[in-house]
Amino acid sequence: MELDRQSELNALRPDLLRFARLQLRDAGAAEDAVQETMLAALTGSHRFESRSSYKTWLISILRNKIVDIIRGQSRESAATSLADDEEGDALLDESLFDPRGHWLPGARPVSWADPEASFEQQQFWKVFEACLDHLPPKTARVFMMREFLGFETGEICKETGISSSNCWVVLHRARMGLRACLETRWFAGAGD
Amino acid sequence: MLSCKEATLLMSQEQDRRLGMGERIALRLHVLICAGCNNYRRQMHVLREACRRLGGGGTP
Repeated sequence: MELDRQSELNALRPDLLRFARLQLRDAGAAEDAVQETMLAALTGSHRFESRSSYKTWLISILRNKIVDIIRGQSRESAATSLADDEEGDALLDESLFDPRGHWLPGARPVSWADPEASFEQQQFWKVFEACLDHLPPKTARVFMMREFLGFETGEICKETGISSSNCWVVLHRARMGLRACLETRWFAGAGD
Repeated sequence: MLSCKEATLLMSQEQDRRLGMGERIALRLHVLICAGCNNYRRQMHVLREACRRLGGGGTP
């Protein structure tokens, strides 16, 4: 039984590491978070109840470790490098909208065929992770805090030291970038 | 009348906060006549669902 758990844990390690790396963008910190998660899982495995999958349970532990790491990092560094991310914003806008703010013909979002069928494909998740990886680092950080770590925007402002209007804009940029990437690299080809 | 650029910002914000009455009406009118933004709005839901599943809420 214990042995089964351990081998299951080892098998899930690469998934955990990928998840941590996506969010922390720091191989060392990701490694630490996964290490601590595995340790917590092994020593506290009695607390696992099978109403959720083992992987879901592990990710919930990992999520807490990542939150701790993020809380431990300084706010100033987050706020200053957000400014770097913004340099590309004006360029992005010009490639999407005309001067009146309407979609340029080539940029108008298309209908994504059957997302549920895409979710079933391993390849989709590879593309999705690659697209997350392409977001500017601090933009990605804010997005991950919101979507994967379950922060409310108020908490994100507090943790990162950015204003709430800036927070809305950063999340907006992240979603804009992510959807453009998915459309180009996945959904545009799906209908052919 | 909202521009598409303004509409996309609201469509992101509706994932994070409850929009005001005026914002909701303006957005609703916009997506009714704008196919691109209508698609964009559905895509926002797909993104959220994909994130939920990647984060262990399903089996990617």
